[in-house]
Amino acid sequence: MTQTHRLAQGGRIDRSRTLRFTFDGRRYEGHPGDTLASALLASGERLVGRSFKHHRPRGIVTAGPEEPCALVELRSGARREPNTRATVAEIYDGLEATSQNRWPSLAFDVSAINQLVGRFLPAGFYYKTFMWPASFWEKVYEPIIRRAAGLGRAAMAPDPDEYESMHAHCDVLVVGSGAAGLAAARAAGAAGARVIVADQDFELGGGLLLEPEQEPWRQGMLAALSGMPEVRLLPRTTVFGFYEHDVLGAVERVADHLPVPPEHGVRQRVWTIRARQTVLATGSTERPIAFPNNDRPGVMLASAAMTYVRRFGARPGERAVFFANNDIAYDAAFALHHAGVSVAAIIDVRKKDSKRAAAAADRGIAVKLGSVISDVKGGRNVHGVSFRTANGSVERVLDADLLCVSGGWNPAVHLQSHTRARPIWNNDLAAFLPGKPVQAERSAGSAAGVFGIAHCATDGAKAGREAAAALGFRDGAAFELPAPDAEVDPRVKPFWEVKAKGKAFVDLQNDVTADDIRLAHREGYTHIEHAKRYTTHSMATDQGRFSGILGTAVLAEARGETIETVGVPTFRPYVTPVTWGAMAGRHAGHHLQPVRRSPLHPWHVRNHGIFLETGLWMRPLYYSATRETGWDPILKEARAVRQAVGICDVSTLGKIDIQGRDAGILLDRLYTNTFSTLAVGKARYGLMLREDGIMFDDGTTSRLSEHRYLMTTTTAKAAEVLAHMEFYHQTVWPELDVRYCTVTDQWAQMSVAGPKTRLALQGCVEGLDLSNEAFPFMGVCDATVAGCPVRLYRVSFSGEMAYEVATPAGYGERVWEAILAAGRPHGILPYGLEALGLLRIEKGHVAGPELNGQTTARDLGFEKMLKKKGDYVGRVNAERPALVAPDRPRLVGIRAVDPSFEKRLRGGAHIVDRPDSKASLGWATSITRSVELERWLGLAMIRNGPERIGQRLYATYPLKNEVVEIEVCSPHHVDPENLRVRA
Amino acid sequence: MSRYSVFRLFREGLRNQTGWTRAWRAPEPKPAYDVIIIGGGGHGLASAYYLAREQGITNVAVLERGQIGLGNVGRNTTIVRSNYLFPENNLFYEKSLQLWEGLEQDLNFNVMMSQRGVINLYHSDSQRDAYARRGNSMRLNGIDAELLDRDQVRALVPVLDFDNARFPIHGGLIQRRGGTARHDAVAWGLARGADRLGVDIIQNCEVTGIRRDGGRVVGVETTRGYIAAPKIGIAVAGHTSQVAAMAGIRLPIESHVLQAFVSEAVKPVLDHVVTFGAGHFYISQSDKGGLVFGGGLDGYNSFAQRGTLPEAEHVINEGVALMPLLSRLRVLRQWAGVMDMTFDGTPLICKTPVQGLYINGGWCYGGFKAVPGSGWCFAHTVAKDEPHPFNAAMTIERFRDGAMVDEKGAGPFPWLQ
Amino acid sequence: MHRIDCPWCGVRDEAEFSYRGDATVKRPPADGGAEGFYAYVYDRTNPKGWHVEWWHHVAGCRQFLKVVRHTVTHEIRSVAKATDEVAAPPA
Repeated sequence: MTQTHRLAQGGRIDRSRTLRFTFDGRRYEGHPGDTLASALLASGERLVGRSFKHHRPRGIVTAGPEEPCALVELRSGARREPNTRATVAEIYDGLEATSQNRWPSLAFDVSAINQLVGRFLPAGFYYKTFMWPASFWEKVYEPIIRRAAGLGRAAMAPDPDEYESMHAHCDVLVVGSGAAGLAAARAAGAAGARVIVADQDFELGGGLLLEPEQEPWRQGMLAALSGMPEVRLLPRTTVFGFYEHDVLGAVERVADHLPVPPEHGVRQRVWTIRARQTVLATGSTERPIAFPNNDRPGVMLASAAMTYVRRFGARPGERAVFFANNDIAYDAAFALHHAGVSVAAIIDVRKKDSKRAAAAADRGIAVKLGSVISDVKGGRNVHGVSFRTANGSVERVLDADLLCVSGGWNPAVHLQSHTRARPIWNNDLAAFLPGKPVQAERSAGSAAGVFGIAHCATDGAKAGREAAAALGFRDGAAFELPAPDAEVDPRVKPFWEVKAKGKAFVDLQNDVTADDIRLAHREGYTHIEHAKRYTTHSMATDQGRFSGILGTAVLAEARGETIETVGVPTFRPYVTPVTWGAMAGRHAGHHLQPVRRSPLHPWHVRNHGIFLETGLWMRPLYYSATRETGWDPILKEARAVRQAVGICDVSTLGKIDIQGRDAGILLDRLYTNTFSTLAVGKARYGLMLREDGIMFDDGTTSRLSEHRYLMTTTTAKAAEVLAHMEFYHQTVWPELDVRYCTVTDQWAQMSVAGPKTRLALQGCVEGLDLSNEAFPFMGVCDATVAGCPVRLYRVSFSGEMAYEVATPAGYGERVWEAILAAGRPHGILPYGLEALGLLRIEKGHVAGPELNGQTTARDLGFEKMLKKKGDYVGRVNAERPALVAPDRPRLVGIRAVDPSFEKRLRGGAHIVDRPDSKASLGWATSITRSVELERWLGLAMIRNGPERIGQRLYATYPLKNEVVEIEVCSPHHVDPENLRVRA
Repeated sequence: MSRYSVFRLFREGLRNQTGWTRAWRAPEPKPAYDVIIIGGGGHGLASAYYLAREQGITNVAVLERGQIGLGNVGRNTTIVRSNYLFPENNLFYEKSLQLWEGLEQDLNFNVMMSQRGVINLYHSDSQRDAYARRGNSMRLNGIDAELLDRDQVRALVPVLDFDNARFPIHGGLIQRRGGTARHDAVAWGLARGADRLGVDIIQNCEVTGIRRDGGRVVGVETTRGYIAAPKIGIAVAGHTSQVAAMAGIRLPIESHVLQAFVSEAVKPVLDHVVTFGAGHFYISQSDKGGLVFGGGLDGYNSFAQRGTLPEAEHVINEGVALMPLLSRLRVLRQWAGVMDMTFDGTPLICKTPVQGLYINGGWCYGGFKAVPGSGWCFAHTVAKDEPHPFNAAMTIERFRDGAMVDEKGAGPFPWLQ
Repeated sequence: MHRIDCPWCGVRDEAEFSYRGDATVKRPPADGGAEGFYAYVYDRTNPKGWHVEWWHHVAGCRQFLKVVRHTVTHEIRSVAKATDEVAAPPA
């Protein structure tokens, strides 16, 4: 398509270069500086989309991010972006855009039949229907509705682009770079403040971009700001939310104007800006008027038409009619006239003649005072408008292909509203202005209801100076402001709706009409939030920025109240919708959470560890060179421990070094059992409760010297246990003389377990008598292995004779290898988490599934570990009646009666007393194949469990329709007398 | 105020919708009622509706300080399910789900209950076992649940990340009868339904005091004057502590903020409700096309009904990790509701130490799905002055007794529940 | 996003802290009895207004701080050390 509607000169586009793009497969051309919307208009395209509900044809209505209609799918394949506003999308060579929400084509959309039955589809009609018969909702109605709804199509492949997050601090953040924003930034910057200027546009200047005579001033200001080292200019950056404590969020579209981001570059970045002061120079947006068929392609805001002419050198039509209630719109009419667009008439709702009407007459433009547009002719394109005088007596039709509408201006108070400031109604402007600030911000320029370039600049400079002064900066060098404006009268005659036959839209994207708002009112949905939700008014992608006020005005009239009383729906983030990927930054895919690796991790990788990818730690489940699955590798490792010797990396266990005169006292109060009496060189198993008396954590703690202990925690609870210690020490017992610190990462720790452990260790441990007499169970000793310092703890999780060997993290591999070498003659194998779990279940040691935050120490058979004397966390609340009730589920062992492995026991099965019973007596917590007993067995929590030992019950697993007969037994399937660990 | 029917819709279509009247009246408060329900949210409206419908008590007022349905019932992520572990919960929520299944016909109002299935993903064997314990408990109690393996999940929801995830998906627990409902419609439908049965729904009527005579309630002070009633039900989740304090009652409740989000509308990409098991994220796609999603609490006491940046980033991180195609879509809006967090994550539907005063609150963030069940049980509790077996465990005293119903095992830390 | 002025570290983002609830409740002595420990764990004023609460500077000095914060506006009035006495302002 050729650029039939491109002006020969003027605008900010670079006509020396041509960019090619496609829309719905057709080829178009444009220039650098164009948006997709301006380039389409320059080629004479009007129809760009279809509405949400009635699939009415829609065109380009605005020239900014508040665009409700001109939404397209941009790019294709994995980079497809639905709902992209054509009005802000910069074109690049090769751009691909596709219209959306239509089938089979934009011009011929089958769903447009909805228009014909529209009279039966008013607001909220779906609440009243689709109920018969009841079963049809999911099967028939909803699938049809879902297919018809939605706008564009998501990309169905992972996003190939990258995103990042930035954190910034500044003295003054200036949002918006129009005359007010630039002046504010200059004033604050000159005073010495660190300044960030953010503007959503790709060119800085806001309204200045429409004023060629102001170009020297704009460039001078930008040059001055660029020369200030503490001023940062961020074009293409939308500040989307103003959050508490003066933190603002912004998204910078770094590479959306390029075909693909540069290599190693990001597509977008989100800024978290901590601003000591903020100047909101966010400007204002023109608003439409509701009248019949005010949605036809070719109806647009007057300011948008002016923008296309002045900034983009594109004629949005050949013959325009204006419809306005204010003087400012006349400037737009004059701009179009100047660009060679025929202006057929200005239909002005005001009856009073103004100077502007005279100026129009000078240009030969007819002005119809006291008149309104009563209809728009045309379907996919405007070809005429009807207007009538206010009393409705005369109706005339004008030929026109463009209708430019101005219902006045809304200061962009959205960001300020996020802070809970309440906007204030202004009668002259018939608009809400920023309210009293509640955070460190001020509004300036047209965002504050100030109109005219020079007035805005003056207001901005004042705001910038005040913001800097509030932080103690003195005024900096003065600078030139633009020449005084021609007289501007921003007042509007409040006018919202022309009542005439036909659909008058108050929300274009969601197809909400003025009649819909009145219907909502009639049905009692009279509060603005009810009316909004009932009609979906203001719930489209523009969040009511384009025309929210129209709905309020119609509702106010219906209620017989003022717009101020009725109010607008709450403005919430995001001012403009924000890309998910940008918010996520680098935290996508594998980077969702960091990874923690043990000091032995490289060894596990080299030796075919298969890793568990749950939680932060990467831990080997088992080792297999062939990556085989199933039980075989696990059973092999477990058998090595039961029959010979195995070695397992337990570095992930939490370790806390506790020192001080009162260390023992603190431990006595944190554990249910006593540690102050523990002998130096000994370890003890301890239980911790939460203050509500429920089990919190367990682990062994050793006394290394008179005033020094080393606590171990479970892997999962390491951080929580440290915080728990700090909480009680700092807030309850601050008088205790004790210090502690996590040393988890400082140690590599390995459990060496099995009947041949001593033989293996004797081959590598130096300087220590490992005999049972010299180094009994629960002893702690220092020694060396391969020249490396180690500490040995004689503790066992597997139930076999075992030593945990700890060494400073850097020696981990060397010690591990030395033990492996010494154990090789004795059949040593490394074992992973799966075998560790198998062994501990056989032995009846509790772990995560039993310590699930619902069980008490008594439930788990630890009653004897609850000391009778002295305070400890959880002591009192653990005695509450329901927590000591005898029929609580308590820990027992269970075994499949059938010794074959065919009937499988599973964790999560419930225990019942008959195969078909529905009455759960408890549940299986941890289940494994046993190497000791060669059958399925495990641990379970069963009501009156210990009293049931010896009973035959059933493990039922209705999710798989399985029922397995079990025998209840002691949880200690292996060596209940604990002889092996003491061998 | 007539029934909605195909005929009626057709007739109104022909006469430009001019025949519709208020969905519920706007009555002046009477001097006295048999029962006053404080709070015109989902629970309050449902309580009034079932008092009238099930208990035959129609001289009821619902007092709402602002407008009905604009608290949490209008701010949630619309998920309805009964996939709970403990019978104290799952039987109650199953009752509620069964009421949901008939709600449209009961109310003659389409609340768009959509049983699209709720899938809880699991990412490890131990998590699978914990979910299996829950699913088996549901099945034993007659509630539908199925355990899916990875391939079965993939067949249902192919857009999840099965190939490059930090926390690979191992499978899921699905409740096919779970789903979503149109949240606002529930409030409006219940209001209309209660109104038709004679309940007075009184908006802009803030309760400022609860008047007692000795150990029993006699009425409430409001911004529209004193209103007498021998029975008063509090259903103001988010602010239960404040209203209960008017009667001198202190509760194990803290108010916390939960945020919710919606994306721009897109063509259907997600048919189910999916929850991420390795974080705190849940998502569904509305009939309008928006992806509705949320995460965990902000984690500190708050009554601020607004979104924050760190939680948005946190939730969206998990969303993109779970469903990579979300990366190029845009988040449209974030908002927040105030949650009554109890110290075990389970609500209160109970009598109080003050005779004639009843509490329905502590909904944590499970309140929406409970709306009909909660109203049904609360109506029973108020009418009979004793709980129904479904809500017998939901007392204040359970904390003194040590009979907590702590599904997550998170303990007495409301911000972790 | 809360910004908390840690008396040890200076102003830091919310992300560095973890919340630990109402700081006005005091753990009873060992003989505090069932009612005392019930109140410590469960009984809360839950003010809509100023709240004295614990924040733990986990990614900083690891000190528990007594923060006076408004539960509606999130304004922070003061941040004190764990052992400082802080009066709860009127709601």
